[in-house]
Amino acid sequence: MRCEWMAKIHFEKRNTTAKWVLFLVPILSIVVGLCFAGIFIVTTGKNPLDVYLLMFEGAFGSAYGLSETVVKAIPLMLTGLGVSLAFRMQLWNIGAEGQLYMGAMGATWLALRFPEWPAYLLLPGMLLLGFLLGGIWGLIPAIPRAFLKVNETITTLLLNYVAILWVDYLVYGPWKDPNGFNFPITAPFSENAILPVLGPSRIHVGLLIAFVATILLFVILRYTKWGFEIRVSGESAVAAQYAGMNYVRNILLVMFISGGLAGIAGMTEVSGITQRLQHGISPGYGYTAIIIAWLARLNPWAIVVVSFVFGGLLVGGYSIQTSGFSAATVAMLQGAILFFVVGGEIFIEHRLRLGGKGGKP
Amino acid sequence: MGTPLVVMRDITKSFPGVRANDQANLVIHKGEIHALLGENGAGKSTLMSILTGLYRPDSGEIRINDQAVELHSPKAAVERGIGMVHQHFKLVKTFTVAENIILGLQTSGEYYHLPLIHNQIREFCQEYGFRIDPAAKVWQLSIGEQQRAEIIKVLFWGAEILILDEPTAVLTPQEATELYKMLRLMADRGKAIIVISHKLNEVLENTDRITVLRGGKSIGTVITKHTTEQELTTMMVGRSVLLDVPVKEQYHGDNILTLKQVSCLGNRGQLAIKQVSLEIAGGEILGIAGVAGNGQSELAELIAGIRSLEGGEKYIDGTNHTDSSVRTLIKAGVSYVPEDRLGTGLVPGLNAVDNFLLKSYQQSSSWFINWRQAVESTQAMIAKFDVKMASLLNPVKMLSGGNLQKLLLAREISADPRLIIAVYPMRGLDVGAMETVRKLLLAQRAAGKGILLISEELDELFALSDRIAVLHEGEVMGIVDPQAATIEAVGMMMAGKRMLKQDAV
Repeated sequence: MRCEWMAKIHFEKRNTTAKWVLFLVPILSIVVGLCFAGIFIVTTGKNPLDVYLLMFEGAFGSAYGLSETVVKAIPLMLTGLGVSLAFRMQLWNIGAEGQLYMGAMGATWLALRFPEWPAYLLLPGMLLLGFLLGGIWGLIPAIPRAFLKVNETITTLLLNYVAILWVDYLVYGPWKDPNGFNFPITAPFSENAILPVLGPSRIHVGLLIAFVATILLFVILRYTKWGFEIRVSGESAVAAQYAGMNYVRNILLVMFISGGLAGIAGMTEVSGITQRLQHGISPGYGYTAIIIAWLARLNPWAIVVVSFVFGGLLVGGYSIQTSGFSAATVAMLQGAILFFVVGGEIFIEHRLRLGGKGGKP
Repeated sequence: MGTPLVVMRDITKSFPGVRANDQANLVIHKGEIHALLGENGAGKSTLMSILTGLYRPDSGEIRINDQAVELHSPKAAVERGIGMVHQHFKLVKTFTVAENIILGLQTSGEYYHLPLIHNQIREFCQEYGFRIDPAAKVWQLSIGEQQRAEIIKVLFWGAEILILDEPTAVLTPQEATELYKMLRLMADRGKAIIVISHKLNEVLENTDRITVLRGGKSIGTVITKHTTEQELTTMMVGRSVLLDVPVKEQYHGDNILTLKQVSCLGNRGQLAIKQVSLEIAGGEILGIAGVAGNGQSELAELIAGIRSLEGGEKYIDGTNHTDSSVRTLIKAGVSYVPEDRLGTGLVPGLNAVDNFLLKSYQQSSSWFINWRQAVESTQAMIAKFDVKMASLLNPVKMLSGGNLQKLLLAREISADPRLIIAVYPMRGLDVGAMETVRKLLLAQRAAGKGILLISEELDELFALSDRIAVLHEGEVMGIVDPQAATIEAVGMMMAGKRMLKQDAV
């Protein structure tokens, strides 16, 4: 008989999902992802446990590692919050990376154009322009989505390349620092255009901005009429229309804010970290944000926590590069984790049952 | 009657939280039409899903031709000669009838000869006395013809036991009569027919024996000739139910809704409502009869503002609302109980409080939602309308069908509307819940509201409506007085016959 055992295993819908399942499933998924990636590490002749331990120490084992983890977590939080807002409305914004680049460009433009402005004007101005440009980059694919039902997954993704190449054009071309030894970088920002740091580390005020964004997003979604509309629209678009909600306007607004948050991440990166615009300012924060939002089940507070974990994963990844691993290992790890986390989703709504006979034990 | 063809003994099947079948028994003989009768949630579908190999029972035994069998897949069931015609046909619309039949044909190899199959299908049709063109594409067929195609498919696959799930739900009364004639012919040739139904009259008229399920248990099997409507209802509900609706007093106020020659498009861009003119007065129930898919849902959406008008005018309480948005119409007092309760009328993943707020959140002028007040209002509403739920904070998708409908009606009625559009409000409800919905609608009528009642149950329309308009392909075939008109006359109009002038109200 073919596949006798297959016939004996099947999924059954859960009636209710217990709280512990919501936590345990993603954690177990990550563990399985680590085991899976471990197979590949073994083939390179290394012990995966050693590698993971090394990564953990690199990311969380020292004050420096910890502060770097926080530094990485800032753009992850902002982009993660951004995509989570769009995901709430079932808008699959894969374009946070491009929105981040456009936000970075907007902030840079102001910083280079008016370097003499006082910080209390320049920094909020850069923040606003970062938000605006990121927002517009989110809005562009939202318009055909809202009016013509053009699939936003593809358009947002494609616009990433446009944004990245556009920024490349600027830093290789018109915005290139004449004193930059021909590197693809702009001139350094003036003192006034640089975000203050918190204590003796690279952790900048962007952390506070991210926290404020988290609180705002939470309050909007939980307590405002508009947040209610977003929750309803995400659960059922037809119900939103039935209740007289302006679905089209909400798509545009949500995509604008979603892009805007990623744009702020671009602003804090150029203003707080690189202190100039340069080629490759983001190692894929906008993509990692998708994993983070998913893992956090779109909950703003959970996004903060998961961002720290993934910040640690990045920093840990850098630290194992010194012992002969390529950065691709980390990308593979992330991929493996996402794969198993998304696959594990089925266990949230379903449970596995063995055998069709005999009923419950 | 000899050895039974199918015996299902002590079948038990549990899902998390519910026991769908509890030691259910069913015995089917060759050559009979056997009805499986029960309220929604009585376990009819589960029992049949077990017989067709979709679910496996937790315990119990299935015997076919006195042989114990294990049906661990739908394929195994088909091999045993069990075929099912689902309520939603499993046909590929862009394929021809023949192609649909070949699809999943167990006996064919990698190659097939189409003309040969065409001939075989024609022979088959002749044997059972129906006509269908094997080369016709399914989307070109009427619903009745699609159903026939589905039946042929199942027979072609070698079914000896034919199960039909609510087969007349989508048919006109005339088509339904045709269907039962066909089924009788098949039974006479030795097939066993099982019909899942909750329509008492239909079952009483057309079947040989009836097995009643209640709460997952088989209550008993009766011979149709020797039973009555009253006995069956008592078996289904477990208590006797008042089947007749009390005579209503006539009360007519001013016109609440006026439609003047309105038209609108359907989902596929075709004209779904063509120049319809209707009026509903305060304290009046206007029933809309028609075979499903003849513009009923479009008409409801047009009035609620979800679908925009292609032509004509719409007035609510004398004010022109032809181009008003959904939100404006809600404010003008239009309540809408849509066909799709869970998904459109209620948001499945959100809780009762969220769902209660679905429309009323717009009333406050603040940016924020007053959750404490919302919880209190929801609690009051749930108590008043007797909606049963474990917790206010559970997603409403966990509620039973009857409670969902009560929750939806409670919200729409609490808004104190002028006009209530109710689309298939009793579909899928058990007898008890139907009683409640009926009472709620009549109470609203007594309160002077206008009610548009769209239904596929003619009995229900005749019992509740002050006037009945019949829709066919988006046009009103006629408007009749239920006191004077016959079901046959309405049935003719449902099939597309325009009403004669002298019958007009």
